[in-house]
Amino acid sequence: MNNLELEKKLDLYRGMRTIRECEERLVRSHQRGLIPGPCHTYIGQEAVAVGVCACLRNDDVIFSTHRGHGHAIAKGLHPRELMAEVFGRATGCSGGRGGSMHLFAPEVGLMGTSGIVGPSILQATGAGYSFKVLKTDQVSVAFFGDGAVNNGAFHEGLNMATIWNLPVLFVCENNQFATEVPFHYSSGNPSVAARGAAYGLPGVEVDGNDVLAVYEVAGEAIQRARSGEGPTLIECKTYRTRPHAEGMDDYSYRTREEVDEWKSRDPILRLREILVADNESMKENLGAMDTEVKALIDEAEKFAEESPYPDPLTAEDHVFSANSRKIDHA
Amino acid sequence: MREITFMQATLEALSEEMAKNPKIFVMGEGIGKRGGNFNTTKGLFDLYGPDRLCDTPICERGFVGLAAGAAMTGTRPVIDFMFADFILDAAGEIINQIAKIQYMSGGRLKAPVLLRGCIGIGHSAGTHHSGSYYPMYAHFPGLRVVVPSNAYDAKGLLKQSLNSNDPVLFLEHKSLLTKKCPVPEEEFLIPFGKARIVQKGADVTVVALAMMVHQTLEVCKQLEGEGVSVELIDPRTVAPMDIETILDSVHKTGRLLIVDETFAPCGIGAEIAAQVNDRGFDDLDAPIRRLNGAHSPTPYSPPLEAAVVPQPDRIAQEIRDLMAE
Repeated sequence: MNNLELEKKLDLYRGMRTIRECEERLVRSHQRGLIPGPCHTYIGQEAVAVGVCACLRNDDVIFSTHRGHGHAIAKGLHPRELMAEVFGRATGCSGGRGGSMHLFAPEVGLMGTSGIVGPSILQATGAGYSFKVLKTDQVSVAFFGDGAVNNGAFHEGLNMATIWNLPVLFVCENNQFATEVPFHYSSGNPSVAARGAAYGLPGVEVDGNDVLAVYEVAGEAIQRARSGEGPTLIECKTYRTRPHAEGMDDYSYRTREEVDEWKSRDPILRLREILVADNESMKENLGAMDTEVKALIDEAEKFAEESPYPDPLTAEDHVFSANSRKIDHA
Repeated sequence: MREITFMQATLEALSEEMAKNPKIFVMGEGIGKRGGNFNTTKGLFDLYGPDRLCDTPICERGFVGLAAGAAMTGTRPVIDFMFADFILDAAGEIINQIAKIQYMSGGRLKAPVLLRGCIGIGHSAGTHHSGSYYPMYAHFPGLRVVVPSNAYDAKGLLKQSLNSNDPVLFLEHKSLLTKKCPVPEEEFLIPFGKARIVQKGADVTVVALAMMVHQTLEVCKQLEGEGVSVELIDPRTVAPMDIETILDSVHKTGRLLIVDETFAPCGIGAEIAAQVNDRGFDDLDAPIRRLNGAHSPTPYSPPLEAAVVPQPDRIAQEIRDLMAE
């Protein structure tokens, strides 16, 4: 392993650890009553967001889902802005108007997480169309779950991206449950990747708990998109090891054994094992990194908790671009 | 001054803005080389090319959802529905996404999407090609809803729409597309939320939109002969609605009739009536009246179709009845 490769692997490790630490803290915050709304964590799926976003530039864009904390952090949102938003504070990335499912940070290419299943696919296609009209070499990514692939947006979006040869990555995180409905129940074809052929674009299946594999597959697809060779569909097989949303029952539709089995395939542990197997002394480096990440999240949580709530007088601000509270006659 | 049709006016507006702003692109079915079912993009394909005049598959939800993502990333999409009815498949993308982007993002993103399409009952188009829908869109925060009644307003408001950072529903009544009126060649914009007083009058205020402006005008002369002076107001945009101009008029006349081709329940007339009740009650000499299209789908057969739209004689009678209150 050369140094560059090691550095990249450590970046991937740090990225996944940051998401995990943040999500575990949000779980506790939810239990402590600090989160006024729903909270869908990304625990278990970190390799997907981190592997894909590590291949993107700052001016590339992503569109995400209701389970979007991981994508937001991987694309560069500071955890303090995420936590403040989820806590409903004025300092959150959406000024407290969005919450967990509506995170926006265009300055890092996070064009939004969404409470509706499907639109991320169409919006990423639209960003790809923008880049075509503007003649830039930016790339757009749609993250979506297995629940979205039986929705019309998937069909319409993949078809449009293909006929117009748009620079878009369609990243399906197949965590095997649409809320609590198993994918094998709701899909006639058990392979999402195989559906690419139906639209005339490459479909690739990858182990979504193997960050190095995701990084490699996404890197090739992004390179293709950037050089004008069009869209790619990537199916990342993964699993969420927390309930659909915090506070929900988890064992009415799956077994504890199944969850434990997937926990043993944890993407962070897997990368850690690879790094340590290559070099035993890496344990110390990784331990130091874990401590740094913990400090970062400590600070983010403190920032969020100490931040003020938004002023109720601003509740109707930003409905229109002029930001007028009265009807804008201009 | 030269006279051009509604259709020529919007085509001019679009072409002028596309020449100025390379970020504008148009998407829709048959809007490329074909130039649009209603000639909305006639000749533009040769000027601006296939990327900016993009023919789509028949997937309304898809390309409206695409427009949201495009607007968020620096371009200005114009979505040409052809018939406004067709876009209901995309209602979620309009109402849940496009209208909410600016708010959800705390103002970090803009949503300059122009959604245009033809509306209105006429020519036995049948119920899937006759709807108007503007009261529904006006209900939601975050959307501008424009319903012009003539070529001059259509040009000025389309140019305004293409310079606005907010999403705009621009709805064009099919029966007006070939109607001509004077339109200056010089550049002009018409702001949203500014009504036009079509005709000044003293006895009764009539508020009407799109085709109903013309239907009402037809009877104004006759009523003048009967001694009734009608003040006719065309709000031009239903969101925002220029309630001030209506209140000023009612202050003068004391009577108000709203003539609207669309359905009465939860409609534009109900909204105007509620606002005038709130703020102009003391000016009223009679209850506010509404005359609407029938609350039914649109029938095909000509006599049935005519029966579901307010016709000039019905409008005249409503005005007489209101004067008798």
